[in-house]
Amino acid sequence: MNGIGGVIAAVLVAGAQIAAVAVGGPLLVGVMRKVRCHIEGRVGPPIHQPLRDLRKLFSKQCMRPDQASWVFGVGPVVLVATAVLIAAISPLATTHPPLGQTADFFAIVFVLLLGSVALALAALDTGTPFGGMGSSRAMTIGALAEPALLVAILAMSIPAHTSNLPALVRIGLAHPQLIASPERFLALGSFLVVILAESGRLPVDNPSTHLELTMIHEAMVLEYAGPDLGLVILGESMRLALLLGLLVNLLAPWGIADRAGAAALVIGLGALVGKVVVAGIVIATFEVFTAKLRLFRLPELLAGAFVLAVVGAFTALVVR
Amino acid sequence: MSNLSLVITAIAGLSAAIAGCALPAKTRVHAAVAFTWGACIAALVGSLTVLHTGHAMVLNSSRILPLTGVTMVLDPLGAVFVVVTAVVAIASTLYWLGYASHGLSTRTASAALPIFVTSMLLVPAAGSVATFLWLWELMALSSLLLVLVDQRRREETRSAAQWYAVMTHVGASAILFALVMLSAHAGNQTFAAIRIHAVHLPAAVRNTAFLLALVGFGSKAGAVPLHVWLPKAHPEAPSPASALMSGAMVNLGIYGIVLVGDRLLGGGPAWWWLTVTAVGVVSALFGALHAATSTDLKRLLAYSTADNMGLVLIGVGASGLFATTGHPAIAAIAMVSALLLTVNHAAFKGSLFLSAGSVQVATGSRDLDGMGGLLRRMPITGAVFLVGGLAIAALPPLNGFVGEWLLFQSLLHGLPTSSTAVAIAVPVGVAALALTGGLTAAAFVKAIGVGFLGRPRSEGAATAHEVPRTMQLGAALLAGACVVLGVVPMIVLPALERATAAAVPGAPAHSLRSSVELRLAGLQGVLAPALLAAGLALAFIAVIAIRRLAQRRSHLRLALRRAEPWGCGRELQTARMQYTATSFAEPLQQVFDDVLRPDRDLNVSHLAESRYYTEKIAYRTSIGDVVEHNVYRPMIGAVNAWGQWARGLQNGSVHRYLAYGLVVLVVILAVIV
Repeated sequence: MNGIGGVIAAVLVAGAQIAAVAVGGPLLVGVMRKVRCHIEGRVGPPIHQPLRDLRKLFSKQCMRPDQASWVFGVGPVVLVATAVLIAAISPLATTHPPLGQTADFFAIVFVLLLGSVALALAALDTGTPFGGMGSSRAMTIGALAEPALLVAILAMSIPAHTSNLPALVRIGLAHPQLIASPERFLALGSFLVVILAESGRLPVDNPSTHLELTMIHEAMVLEYAGPDLGLVILGESMRLALLLGLLVNLLAPWGIADRAGAAALVIGLGALVGKVVVAGIVIATFEVFTAKLRLFRLPELLAGAFVLAVVGAFTALVVR
Repeated sequence: MSNLSLVITAIAGLSAAIAGCALPAKTRVHAAVAFTWGACIAALVGSLTVLHTGHAMVLNSSRILPLTGVTMVLDPLGAVFVVVTAVVAIASTLYWLGYASHGLSTRTASAALPIFVTSMLLVPAAGSVATFLWLWELMALSSLLLVLVDQRRREETRSAAQWYAVMTHVGASAILFALVMLSAHAGNQTFAAIRIHAVHLPAAVRNTAFLLALVGFGSKAGAVPLHVWLPKAHPEAPSPASALMSGAMVNLGIYGIVLVGDRLLGGGPAWWWLTVTAVGVVSALFGALHAATSTDLKRLLAYSTADNMGLVLIGVGASGLFATTGHPAIAAIAMVSALLLTVNHAAFKGSLFLSAGSVQVATGSRDLDGMGGLLRRMPITGAVFLVGGLAIAALPPLNGFVGEWLLFQSLLHGLPTSSTAVAIAVPVGVAALALTGGLTAAAFVKAIGVGFLGRPRSEGAATAHEVPRTMQLGAALLAGACVVLGVVPMIVLPALERATAAAVPGAPAHSLRSSVELRLAGLQGVLAPALLAAGLALAFIAVIAIRRLAQRRSHLRLALRRAEPWGCGRELQTARMQYTATSFAEPLQQVFDDVLRPDRDLNVSHLAESRYYTEKIAYRTSIGDVVEHNVYRPMIGAVNAWGQWARGLQNGSVHRYLAYGLVVLVVILAVIV
C-alpha cells in the first residue's frame, strides 16, 4: 500500500465514505421521519424526500440578508467541509481510513466544533434577534456538552492507551471484552446524550419545530435560503450520520473492513448502513415518547452525562 | 562573542529609553521604536543561538551593580521566553507607531515602554537572585507607568493602577523572601549555587520557598485568587502595553514557577504539583466563565488570559506530578505542552489585544453592547480578530488546538501509570480543559459575532473607519504567527524540547518526533496539523466547487440577491433588537448563577392612575468579581478600620506625645534590664 496505487486506494476509500455519509445522512433523516410518522399513525413523506428537498434548494436563487458580511456565506461551507473531512478520515467503513493515524478523537471533536462555531457566527451575522438567540443557546449547550464528551473520550482511551479513533475501533474488534466493559458502556451512554445535544434532537431541541421562542438550531438558520440552506441541511444531516456512525462502530465494530480490498469495503459500507439505520430507528422511536426539555433543565441532563463519563473514567482506572 | 547579544540588548534598550525621554515629540516615538527593535533583534539572535546550540550564554560583571554584581545566564528555558517576548514586542511597537497619536507619545510613555520591553527581555536571562530581582522590579515599575498613562482622563485608571501596584508588590515581596531564603541557605546568590545546595535543604525550607514563589509568580501570571489586578489593569492600559503585559509579562510568572520549582529546587513532592494543578483548574474555569459573561472587550480578553494561564499551570503541574511518580518522558510531554500553550497564547492574545485597541480607537469605546458590523468597516482588523478568536477557541487548523491536544495527550498517557491522587486529579483536569474550551468558544463567538458581525448598535460603530496601516500590520503579524504555529508547529517544537530538557530532570532529549506529523515518542498518539489543514482546505474548495456546479446546472442561473432579513416575518427590525453581548451570555450566566453571583436590579414604576399599568421598567445587571468582593474588599475594609483606629493615637496634643515617649522608654528599659 504505497506509491501511486496506495494514493488511489486511499482516495477511493475516502470518496466511498464521503459519498456514503453525504447521501446516507439525508436518507437517515428520511428514515427517522418515516419511523416517527409510522408510530404516530401517519403515512409520512417518502424516505428520499430530504434528497429531493436538497435538489430543489440547490437549484434556487441565492439570497442573503443585506447587512450580512462574507461570514454568512462561508459558515455553511465550513459546516459541510468539516463534515466531509471527518467522513474521509474516520473509521466508518474500514478501520484503515486514509490519514487514519491523525484521526484522533480529540481532533475530530474540535473539527466538529469548528463547524458549530462557523454556523453560530453566521447566525449572529444576520443582525436579527432570532440569529442571536439560536447562536447563544447553541453555544451554551455546546459549552456544557464539552466536558461530558472529552471525559467520555478519556474513559474509552484509558484501556486502549490511545485516543486514535481507528485504533479504538480495532481494539474493540480484537478484544470484544473491552466493549462489554462497564467503562465503555458508561462512556458511550454519555456520548449518546452528547450526540443528541449536538445534533439538536429531542429532548434537547425539537428538529421539526418552528415555534419561535423555543427553537435553537432552527433559529440559527432562519435567514438561510436556497443553496445556502441546502448546505446547512446537508451539513447537519451529515454530522448526525457521522456521530451515529462513530457511536455504532465503537459499540459494535463487527462488519467493518479490517483489511484492504474492495469486497471488504463493500461489506463494511453495508454493515455501517445497517447499524446506523438501527441506531436511527431506536432514536426516532425514543423521540416519539419524549418531550423537549426546558432550556434551563438541559444543564441537568448534560451534567448527568458528565457524571456517567467521570464514573466511566474511574472505572477504567480501577478495572485495569 | 557569545554574550554580546545580551550587552547589545541592554544598551539598545537604554538608548531607546533615553531617545524616548530626550528627543522632541516628532521623532521621539520613531527613535524609541527603532532602538527597541534593535534590542529585540539582538535578544532574538542570542536566544535562537542558545536554542540551536543548547549551550547557555553567560555574562558576569561585578562593576555594573554595587555589592552584588550582575550575573546573566541564558539557558534554553529562558531563551524560549525571550523569543516570545521579542516577537510580541516587535509587533506591539510596530503597532505603537500608529497608536502614538492616541495618548502614547508622551515622554514618560516613550521612555517606559522600551524599559518595560528590555527588562522583560532580560528577566529570563538573570542568573542570580539580585539580578533577577532588579530586573523584575524594573519590569513591574515600568509597566505600572504604562498603566497610568491615561490617569488624567479616567478615574478608573488610577484605581486600576493602585490595584496593580499593590498586587505586583505583594507578589514581588513573596518572590524576594523565597529567593533570599534559598540563597541564604546556599551561601551564594547565583542560581547555579542554589541549585546545587537545594537538594540538601530541610523540607520545611523547600516547602516554604516553593509556596512563596507560587504566590509571587502566580500573582504575576494572573492565577486565581491573585488575578484581581488583571481585569482592571489590562483594560485600562493603552493597547500596545496591554498586548505586552498579556502576551509577554504574564508568561514570566509561569517562567518563575518553573524556575523555582523545577530548576532551582529540582522538583518536589506530589502535593506541590497537585496544588499547582488545582490553582490551574480554578484559574482556567474562573477566567473562562468571566470571559464568557464579560461585555467589555478588553476585560473579556484579560479574563481569558487568566483562563489560558490556568491551562498552562495545569500542564506545569501535570509535568511535575509525572516527574515525581517516575515518568520523565510523559512529564516532558506535559512540559512541552505547557510551553507550547504559552507561546500560542502570546501569539493570539497579542493579536487580539492589538486589534481590540484598534476597535477602541475607531469606535471610541470598549463596550461590546454598542458595537456590531465592524467587519465590513474594518476588514483587516476584523479578520485579525477573527483569526485570533478562532485560535484561542482551540479550533483547528489554528495554533490553540495543537497545544490543547498535546496537554490532553499528556494527561491521558500519564493517567494509567500513576497514584490515586493523580488518578483523581487527571479526569478533573480533563473536564476543566473541556469546560474551559467550550466556554472560551462561547466567549469568542460572542466577541466576534456581537462586535464584528451583524448591524452596528451605536453611532461610533456605524461611523468607524479602518486604523492606520502600522496598527493593522502589527496585529496581523501575530495573527499570521497563529496560522503558522497551527499548521506547522514543528518549527518550534525542537526548541521547546530543548527548554524542557533544561527544566524537567531526566527528560529524554526527544519526547516528540515530528516531521509532517507530530508523534509522541514511545506512545500511541499522532497528530498531523498540516494534513488536517490541507484536508480542510481541500474539502472547503470542493464544497464551493460542487455548489457552483449545482447552481450552473440550475435552469434559472440567477445572481446573488440581497434582501431585508426575514426575522419570522417581522415588519419592524432595528439594530437594537439584535442580541447584545449581555443577552448572548444570559443563558450561561443563569446556569452558573451560583458562581458568578450577578448583581441584578429591577425597578418597575407604575402609572399614578392604576397599579395595573406599568409606566416603565428599569433593569440593570452587572457581574462583579466574586473573589474581589468576598476576599479583597473585607481585607481592605479591615486595614482601613485599623488605620482609622490608629489615627486616634495622634491628636496633636504635645502632652500625649511626651507620654508616648515615656512609655516607650520604660518598655525599652524593661526589656533590656
